[in-house]
This record gives sequence, C-alpha cells and structure tokens, in this order.
Amino acid sequence: MIPAFPNAMPVEGLIGGLLIGLAAAIMLLGLGRIAGVSGMAARATGIADTGAPRNVAIAFVLGLPLGAFLIARVIGEVQVSFPGSIWSLIIGGALVGYGTRLGSGCTSGHGVCGLSRLSPRSMVATGMFMASGFVTVGVLRIGGWL
Amino acid sequence: MIRTLIALISGLFFGSGLAYSGMSDPARVQAFLDLFGNWDPTLAFVMGGAIVPMAFAWIIKTQLSSPLAAPAFDLPGTTKLDRPLAIGAILFGMGWGIAGLCPGPALADLAIAPIAVLPFVAAMFAGMAAHRFIPVSPN
Repeated sequence: MIPAFPNAMPVEGLIGGLLIGLAAAIMLLGLGRIAGVSGMAARATGIADTGAPRNVAIAFVLGLPLGAFLIARVIGEVQVSFPGSIWSLIIGGALVGYGTRLGSGCTSGHGVCGLSRLSPRSMVATGMFMASGFVTVGVLRIGGWL
Repeated sequence: MIRTLIALISGLFFGSGLAYSGMSDPARVQAFLDLFGNWDPTLAFVMGGAIVPMAFAWIIKTQLSSPLAAPAFDLPGTTKLDRPLAIGAILFGMGWGIAGLCPGPALADLAIAPIAVLPFVAAMFAGMAAHRFIPVSPN
C-alpha cells in the first residue's frame, strides 16, 4: 500500500502487468505478432480485412473474458464499477472504436508492445492518448461532471 | 490448431492480468487519469510490469529467424508519424477518459459485468466499423 494513495494496488498492478507482458511475449515469440487488442478485435469480427489469421484473432479475443473469469473464480470477486451514465459508455465506446482503428492501436499495441520496442509511432501515440485522457478527465472534473 | 491454442493462452494471460491488476475496473482506470481528483497510480504499475517482460521478448526476438510456431514475424513496419495516428490517438484518449475503458478491459469485462459493459462494447465495434467509411487523409 502507498500511504498517499490508499486506493492504489501497486503489488496487484505489478503482478497483473507481468501477466499482460507475458501474454504479449507469448504472442510475439510464439506467433510473431503484436498482441494489440483493438487490432485483434477488429480482425476477429471481420471489421478489419488484414491482420492476424481469423482463428488466431478469435482465440485471443475469447481468451480475454475467459482469463478474467478464471481470475474472478480464483480470487473470489473482481471489483468493477462504471462511472458515469450509459451515454458516457456509448460516446466513450464509439470514440475508442473509431480512434483505435484510425490510430492503429490502443493501450496494448502501442502502449505495451510499441513502447517496449521503442517504436517512434507508438511513443507518439501513447503520449497523445495519455495526454488526451488526462485532459478529458481534467475537463470532466473541473466542469463538475465527475 | 497449435497456433489457435497459443493465441488462446496469450489471451487468457492477458485477461487474467487485466482482472488481477484492477484494470478491468473503469473507475480505477478513470481515477488514474483524474489528476485533479482522487488520483490512483495503479495503472502506472501495470504498464511498468507489462513492459519489462515485453522488453526481454523484443531482445529474444532478435535471436530468432522466425517465431516458434509460425512461419515468419508479421510486425508493423510503418515509421511515419502522420495525421491519422495523431487524431486517432487523441480521439481514443477522449473515449478512454470519458468511459474509463479501453478495448482490452472492455472485452474482459464481458465476463465480469456483461450487462454494464455491453453498451460500450457495442458502441466500440460500431466505431471500429465506422472507420471503414469515415477515413482521415494522411496529410
């Protein structure tokens, strides 16, 4: 626990992060691909015409909820709460879907895989979506919507 | 068959990590972006923890002529910093902040809070599909 931030979970964060990094390493060294969730999801649904083979994309995407389900079974309960209204989910979802396709990646592809590869495109993208996220939530906070 | 299995295992580890680290909780992710509120640094630990094994994987990759279970590496080769990259990242960041969700946690949450996350997932796929029809010129 970090005294200044009582809600933070640094240990669980690090362990969970290692699992995510291991997942991305398996995808890279086993199948030679980036474990980018937005790209895999677009490919699995047929929205993207190019990318990983369909069976690979579908299996990876199905693994995400299955893995979360297994953790929920092991540790009892995974705490989740959804801030905001259904409209924030719909508007947020549409922006995330369109933005990740246009920007060729999300937190996993650009953030985890790209940063660790020192890819200039991923460093720029990660810096920009992080900055955009901070500004967006800052505006919501200052505007009194949070 | 073996490739499908490897992809499933990768997805399983990924989803487990998201759920265990608290990243499947939109409130926690939004709290990381909330510098003027009750800031929660957990996401930084997750990113740090994920980048370390992946950095080793990139080093190991330099010693391999092909991946272990596929004929060749198929990795993004573009290096151009163009408008779609910038605009896409900014729009993604806005949505990420508004909902506290990005694609991985949203899909993982289908197992944890399916009804609550469904509007986001449906809108996300609609947004992805919309990209096919609403392009942005590279310059």
